[in-house]
Amino acid sequence: MLELKHVSFRVSEDGQEREIIKDVSLNIPNNKLVAITGPNGGGKSTLARLIAGIVKPTSGKILLDGMDITDFSVTDRAKTGIGFAFQQPVRFKGIQVYDLIRLAKGEDISLDHACDYLSAVGLCARDYIEREVNSSLSGGELKRIEIATVFAKASKLSIFDEPEAGIDLWSFQNLIEVFEDMRDHINGSTILIISHQERIMNIADDILVLKDGQLASYGPKDEVLPVLMGTAVAYPECKKGGAGKGDDLC
Amino acid sequence: MLDLNEIQKTLLTEVADLHDVPQGAYNIRSNSRSVGRASTSNIEVMPREDGQGLTIRVQPNTKNESIHIPVVMSESGLKELVYNDFHIGKNADILIISGCGIHNTGAQDSEHDGVHRFYLGKGSHVRYVEKHYGSGDGSGKRILNPGTEVYMEEGSSMEMEMLQIKGVDDTTRTTTAELAKDARLVIRERLMTHGNQRAISYYIVNLNGEGASADVVSRSVAKDNSYQKFDAKLVGNAPCSGHTECDSIIMDKGKIEAVPALVANDVDAALVHEAAIGKIAGDQITKLMTLGLDEQEAEAQIVNGFLK
Repeated sequence: MLELKHVSFRVSEDGQEREIIKDVSLNIPNNKLVAITGPNGGGKSTLARLIAGIVKPTSGKILLDGMDITDFSVTDRAKTGIGFAFQQPVRFKGIQVYDLIRLAKGEDISLDHACDYLSAVGLCARDYIEREVNSSLSGGELKRIEIATVFAKASKLSIFDEPEAGIDLWSFQNLIEVFEDMRDHINGSTILIISHQERIMNIADDILVLKDGQLASYGPKDEVLPVLMGTAVAYPECKKGGAGKGDDLC
Repeated sequence: MLDLNEIQKTLLTEVADLHDVPQGAYNIRSNSRSVGRASTSNIEVMPREDGQGLTIRVQPNTKNESIHIPVVMSESGLKELVYNDFHIGKNADILIISGCGIHNTGAQDSEHDGVHRFYLGKGSHVRYVEKHYGSGDGSGKRILNPGTEVYMEEGSSMEMEMLQIKGVDDTTRTTTAELAKDARLVIRERLMTHGNQRAISYYIVNLNGEGASADVVSRSVAKDNSYQKFDAKLVGNAPCSGHTECDSIIMDKGKIEAVPALVANDVDAALVHEAAIGKIAGDQITKLMTLGLDEQEAEAQIVNGFLK
């Protein structure tokens, strides 16, 4: 179980303090797929980075299965059981896809085994496994490789920051199937997906809405999603006729 | 069996991946003398008549044969200048494994200066691998200054892999090439310097014939207080194509200088250069840390991958 207790995060910009996350407390039990949504700038990615340890909270506590991990480094959190798929994956000159998957797995694995993770994200494994994770890969390819590394890591808590961003519509269906499959094999783990997409929210158990750095709503999908529908959160802004700043969020 | 001590054997393994006498033609040079040499029916390996070094002749149409010519030095204070000439017959296709390893535990500098001259006949192909390695904790320097001259006839091609990853204190590498019609030269340099090491690479490639092409790429990492300079010049004297690239990671107090140069003397010479120097990106380290590596392990993975 992931617990956040009064977590706040402030940054200093142009000499002024700005609070990105404001006193957020929540419990996310095991065996849940939770979608985190909310308007842009609402603090979703920051919350995910706080959980992964990439940034540290200004105040508050973060616990995983009862263990206080607030002061843990990124490495220690990864070892404790947190996986994180970046919204904008990093490129590496010289490091191959196979290398990344091996590092994620934390042990030497066969080429065939590594290929399984790529196949799971809809990539033709043989074409990619020995490719370098460099600028020759498209944004969508890179994104799927990023997701594959988090699959390979098989963490207690896996966080995906906007996995659909940069993935074309054709591949999106495949991605949904990938997450559905993860949901079916959750085995005591927890999956957090930051997303604006209704179809991703539809496969979630629970939905958490962050707005202006605060918890606006958190509950079962069947309760939260109907309220969200018709607001700017789950739709592209253009569909809301300009009222797209999320001000009409529940 | 070769008459080598354990240190010499280790050096031989490091530079040529050899544990004993190789297959095919070879010459193994240890502490300024040949300790083993063999020719084959197609490849003649002979000592030079004047001074130190070898003359190697490869018969036309020789295929799938290799030549090993490693050099090891384990005595402190040795200094040598060696000339090796390679005459590659028409349409031959061979592999040449070179390399030099110096172990210096003494106070005097050890230095190997090797000049390799390659004469590639029409349509021939050579893959050349050269590895440098230094070991030993003496205050004397380990110095390697390779000079390479390549003369390529019509339709010949050469791939050169140069690797210097550890332990060499001072290197000035000078490589020049003359390419005739449809000749193709590919150079891949991998370099890592640490401590107070210094490594300088000069390349001058003259593309003299129509359809000649060259691709010169260096990847390097400069750590600690080390210094590197990459100075590559492509000269297009005919309708040709050339590309040179220097891509470097700078760490600690390292210094790197990249001096790519292009000279086009023909309106149809298509020449490109790229150079980039930068430290390891913080988000690369963060990504690997999210996979469970600590900062040092992440850095090592990035450097190893970059130099692979």
